[in-house]
Parts: sequence; structure tokens; C-alpha cells
Amino acid sequence: MSNSAPAYFAKANTVVVHALAVRKAYDRGRIGVLDNVALEVCAGEMVALLGASGSGKSTLLHILGGLDAPDLGELSVCGLDPGNEKNRLVLRRHHLGFIFQLHNLIADLTVEENLRVPALAAGAPSAETKARVRELAESTGLAHRLGHRIQDLSGGERQRVAICRALMNRPQLILADEPTGSLDEATADTIFALLRSLVKDQGVAILLATHERRFAEQCDRVLRVRAGRIEES
Amino acid sequence: MRFLALVFVNLRRHKLRALIGVAGIGFGVAAMLTILAIIGGAIGMFERILAVDSHYLVFERNTSDLFFSSVTTKQIEGIRVLPQTEAAHPLLFGLVSAPGHPIITCFGLEAGNPRLTRAKWIAGDAADFGRKKNGIWLGARAAKFLDAAASETIGIGRGKFFVAGILETENGFEDGGVFFPLAAAQEFFHRDGVASVVAVQLRNPAQGDAFKQAVEEAYPGLIALENREFNQGYTQFRILRFTGWAVGLCAFLLGGLGVANTMLLSVFSRIREIAVLRVCGFSKGQVAGLIFGEAAVIAGFGLGFGFALGFGALAALQRVPQFHGYIQSAISPLLMGGIVATALSTALAGAIFPARFAARIQPAEALRYE
Repeated sequence: MSNSAPAYFAKANTVVVHALAVRKAYDRGRIGVLDNVALEVCAGEMVALLGASGSGKSTLLHILGGLDAPDLGELSVCGLDPGNEKNRLVLRRHHLGFIFQLHNLIADLTVEENLRVPALAAGAPSAETKARVRELAESTGLAHRLGHRIQDLSGGERQRVAICRALMNRPQLILADEPTGSLDEATADTIFALLRSLVKDQGVAILLATHERRFAEQCDRVLRVRAGRIEES
Repeated sequence: MRFLALVFVNLRRHKLRALIGVAGIGFGVAAMLTILAIIGGAIGMFERILAVDSHYLVFERNTSDLFFSSVTTKQIEGIRVLPQTEAAHPLLFGLVSAPGHPIITCFGLEAGNPRLTRAKWIAGDAADFGRKKNGIWLGARAAKFLDAAASETIGIGRGKFFVAGILETENGFEDGGVFFPLAAAQEFFHRDGVASVVAVQLRNPAQGDAFKQAVEEAYPGLIALENREFNQGYTQFRILRFTGWAVGLCAFLLGGLGVANTMLLSVFSRIREIAVLRVCGFSKGQVAGLIFGEAAVIAGFGLGFGFALGFGALAALQRVPQFHGYIQSAISPLLMGGIVATALSTALAGAIFPARFAARIQPAEALRYE
């Protein structure tokens, strides 16, 4: 990649996300959401997708995570085409972690049970799962909360549980959709710092959709999403 | 956490809904168990009436009901002299009414009939059967509901009869009946010289085919069936069994609809959660498995509840004098297996649409859904 390449192309070597000419529209093409989107994300990189609400950030994350399909375009995530169901399943089970603005935890389960869900889906051995849950809970200060139900946790704790759940199966890439959007400023800072440390300490790539400039500016790269297009920052 | 634990979590969180599903299956199980046990008991009793000390039953070919079958005295005598025959016991069935009792079954039989000698005699003696003028002999239950004692004169149909004895058999159907000497029964029911069936004991059970052939060659209007063959093929029994299963299946159908409703509501109320499971790596099959798992657990609890309810109802019915002997005391493993299989398949069938719906939930769309 030359130095003059646009910001949405990665500069490092191991590309975990490659998207080219991706288009998406709803309502039989009447509502255009993504228009000719191209981007790359490399391992160990934290890339911000900065844009206003409705700009297409979430749709792009959903498409990259195989939760939605593009109308057109070329996609590769962790070396797999998320266009077919088998690859999507492999991606979600082994390569991707999702964090949402609303934590999307299962309220009737305990913290530990929520963390076990991805391992259950992947068929991970119980002993290994138990050790991983303990490791993640300790690293995020949730060890004393493992037996508690989600409704007993604060907003910040819930989002930390969601981050741990995203990390359960040791993903290469985390797709984070406004993870600090529903939190107060102090808690949001803590959560962002936690995400930053994941990149630094574990080499995880994070694609962070946010509308908060202060967080975007702390990322390795910032891609602006405006009216369904990615622009250089 | 294991997959099954997730199933239980989902059921626990909507206890009332799950209980409605359990109750639906449970009532289906109880209904089927009770109906089939009663029908099975009634058929069993009838089979025992016919099969006392006999290997073969001979009756009129192509008759729709044994009550309408006619085997003549000449034919009975012919059967008796066949080389394979050890003993032949004619039996005439009839129905009469008594004040307050519109249907009472009557049995016309000869003095040497094994069912008389094997009975427990409460009043009178088997040796006196047929020797008392204008005498009838009552089953123990019939004596009770007719409020009759030995040596009394009671009205049966158009006649007045002397109660010459009271006997208790192992069979509730017989116990509720009135026993006439064969000739008296033929006269009373205007069926002179005929019996309904002849129960035949063979000298050697291995000669069954030869006996059957001999009877059917000599009397083309008659049919000889081995007891087991008769029990399986007799139309009335088949209709009864079919009716039992049909009524039970209808009860299960309602139970299945209950499960379908429970599972549908369960799926609709957690569309977002199912989307999250998909995001976390659950396959469509795993999501469907979760729903089927919940239905199977509902069926399991429904079976437990239904069997408890059904056996409780049967135990209670056995205490009712009118049902004495009609309730099958031993429920066959086949019946139990049939009920378990029906309950499971009903619950799983009820879960097909909800499971299909759940498996097809689009995560991105569902996550947008608030």
C-alpha cells in the first residue's frame, strides 16, 4: 500500500476486514444506506467509524458481521466471505465479537451464564470455558459479580459484561456499535479505556462506530461516515 | 451452563405459560390413559368371558355383533363330536332391562360351563345351576344394584324370576350380569335352539388348524377363530380401540395447540434475545433445538402430570362399584409407550412452527426492533 492510499485502506500487513464497493439500500432500493463503501482494518488496529445517527455506521458493522447482506460489493472478514451462512457461523463463533450500545445481555441469566453463551454456541469444553470466564471477569473487575443477574448490575458493569462476552471465544475482530452511547461520561471513559487496552494488550482489531469525536480521536484511524459514504478524516 | 440449562431458564422465566403447556399435555395424557384403560378393561373382560377354558370361538360368519350371531343346537352337537374337540360350551347373549336399570346383560349357559365352577359362590351352589324352577343366578354386582338377595323373586324384563344363587367372577362385566340356564335364555329371548357363540376346548391345541378347517367345511355359515385371532380381528373391539385412540388423540391435539401457543408466545417475546444468540454464534439449528428442547421438557412434565392424574383417576374409578372390573389393572408397556410417543410427538409438532420462526429471525432486523 503506498503512502498516498486513502485512509480507509490499512497500512499494516494482516488485513482482517476488506470491503470494496459495498452498497446497501432498504425498501427495494428506495432508501440508500451505504454507497460504494471501501475500507480495510488490520490486526491490532482500532479504527473509528465517526458519523451522525443514521449515517450507515451500524449497517456497515452488521454487514461486516454477517448479520445483514450487502446488495453489492466485495467483502472479506478474517479471510472469509460473510456472504454464505456457513462462513457467517464460523465468523461469529470464532473470529468476531460484537458489542452493542444497548448491551443486549440476557437479563434472566447471571453474568457467568451470559459469558458462557458464545462458548456454548461454539461447543467449547466446559473446563476451558470456566477458566476463560474467570480470566475475563478478573481482568475487567467483574469477578465478584459472576453470580449476579444482569438486572442487578450498573450500566457500566453491564457493558463490561458485554465486552467480556465479545471476547469469550478469543476473536480477531470486535465490531463495537456505539458501546459508550448509553453511558455517563465517566463510565464511557472507563469502557473506552478497556477497549483500547484490548487492542494494545491482546492485539485485537476493533472497528468502533461512534458519534463522539473525543473517542474517535483516540483511535488509530478515523473514517468518517456521511450519507452512506466513507470519507477520509 | 449447558444447552439444557438454557432450556430451563427460558421455561422458568414464563412459568405460567409453561404450566399451561404442561397442563395441556397432561390432560391429554390423562384422558388417553383413562379412556384406553377403561376400553382395554372392558375389552379384556369380554375376551375373558369368551375365552374361559377354551382355545377357539365358533360363531356366525359375517355377523356385525356377537349378540346377533346364531349357532344352532345341531351345529353345536356337530362341533362336539369333531375328533379335535374336548369340550364345547355354548353361550347365548341377551339384553334385558329392570326398573332403574335400562341395560342388563344376560348369559344363557349350560350347567357344566367352567365359568360357573370357577366362580366364587356367595349364595347357592354351582351344582344346582339349572335345577331350580324359574331360577336365575345373579352376578355379585348385579345383585347389589338390583338390591336382590338369594331366594327373592325379582322382575327382569317382562318376567318374574326366583334368585337361585349369587356368584362372583373375576370379571366385572359378568358380575353385572344375569345367568340363565341356556334353554330358559333361549325361550326368554325368543331364540329357540341357538347360542351366540360356542367356546371350544381342544384335545390338543396343536390341532387348531384341522379343527378350524373341519368346522368351516361342515358349516360354511360359521367361522372358527383362535382366541388371539378373534381379539385382534373382532370388529367391535377394533372400533372400541380406534375410538379410544381417536378420543385420546383429540385430547392431545388440544394439548399440542397449547404447546404451540406457549412456544409461539415464548418466541415472540424474545425475538431480540434470539437475535443475540445468533450474534453469539448460535446456528439456526441450535436455535430451533432450543425451542424443540423447551417443547420436549414441557412434554416431559406433562407426561409426569398426566400419568399422575390418569392413574389417580383410574384408582378413584376402581373404587366406584359400577366400574368394578372395567378398569384394566395392568396398563401394558405398549399403551404407556404409545402415550409417551404421542405426547412427545404432539409437543414437538406443536413446536415446529415456533422453531421455524425462531430459526429464521434475521439478527440485524431483530436488533433494530425495540
